Amino acid sequence: MFLSDPGTFLASLAFWILAIGLCASALSVVLSRSPVHSVFFLIFAFFNSAGLFLLLGAEFLAMILVIVYVGAVAVLFLFVVMMLDMELVILREGFTKYLPLGTVLAAILLAELILVMSLPRDNTPAANNPVTDINNTKALGELIYDDYFLLFQVSGLILLVSMVGSIVLTHRVRAGVRRQSIYDQTARAGRIRLEDPGVGEGVHWDV
Amino acid sequence: MFNPDLLHFLVVSSIVFTIGAFGLFVGRKNLIVMLMSLELILLSVSLNLVSFSAHLEDLTGQVFVMFILTVAAAEAAVGLAILVVFFRTRGSIEVQDSDQLKG
Repeated sequence: MFLSDPGTFLASLAFWILAIGLCASALSVVLSRSPVHSVFFLIFAFFNSAGLFLLLGAEFLAMILVIVYVGAVAVLFLFVVMMLDMELVILREGFTKYLPLGTVLAAILLAELILVMSLPRDNTPAANNPVTDINNTKALGELIYDDYFLLFQVSGLILLVSMVGSIVLTHRVRAGVRRQSIYDQTARAGRIRLEDPGVGEGVHWDV
Repeated sequence: MFNPDLLHFLVVSSIVFTIGAFGLFVGRKNLIVMLMSLELILLSVSLNLVSFSAHLEDLTGQVFVMFILTVAAAEAAVGLAILVVFFRTRGSIEVQDSDQLKG
């Protein structure tokens, strides 16, 4: 059974709508004039492919795609696009120059890919980790925390390293910003004394 | 109405992959569009893996897609950080401007 709900009219309709939406929005990402529009089309492409994942029965990945990509990566792109003010004219300059060769190369690549995809395949299931009756999220969780535990930990490490890397890259020390220096404060100890004036001393007043 | 089978999904993922490669080629003036094309390519590979996972009834492909998502998120974060630093030093995001290492 390939689709989660195969053969129904609604599943076919959903596939065609999502597939056409995915291809159209992917093309718009590349072709649109403003980078902000590109990011919005990228978000639309992510939603469409999340729908395709749902259709294939990968519910957990569909939700992860919406949360991680739309919620984090696309918003990160949006932040950066809005932070840098770029001139749109310069950005489109080389477009027409590379367009003919790019189109030819893309057409050849697509033809080759589709040719390879339509070759006869060995369709015997691999049955390493067969799909069982339990739901998709639970099955994936059992795989991740059991067979692929080390890889899971390493992917967490990759995220940590990338976080540290981006902070180090974008951090800059500005001149003229006065920060609290704990070391300087505690190192003053030799120059500061605490005096005990005694009862009735230390306060002077003139009558 | 055509019932979608494995080949339909594979063709959709090939089309998205090709669009991503096309975007890498024509968007040379714009580093942001190149990064977004990379995201499209990774997305198409994920779609390919999930289709084969559903076809072969084997969950390994979906586990791989999770790792691809992780690496893609890390790559996007570091790539955008490099982009921000590049924009600060050169004032543009054209790939051709990255020639400071040239002797």
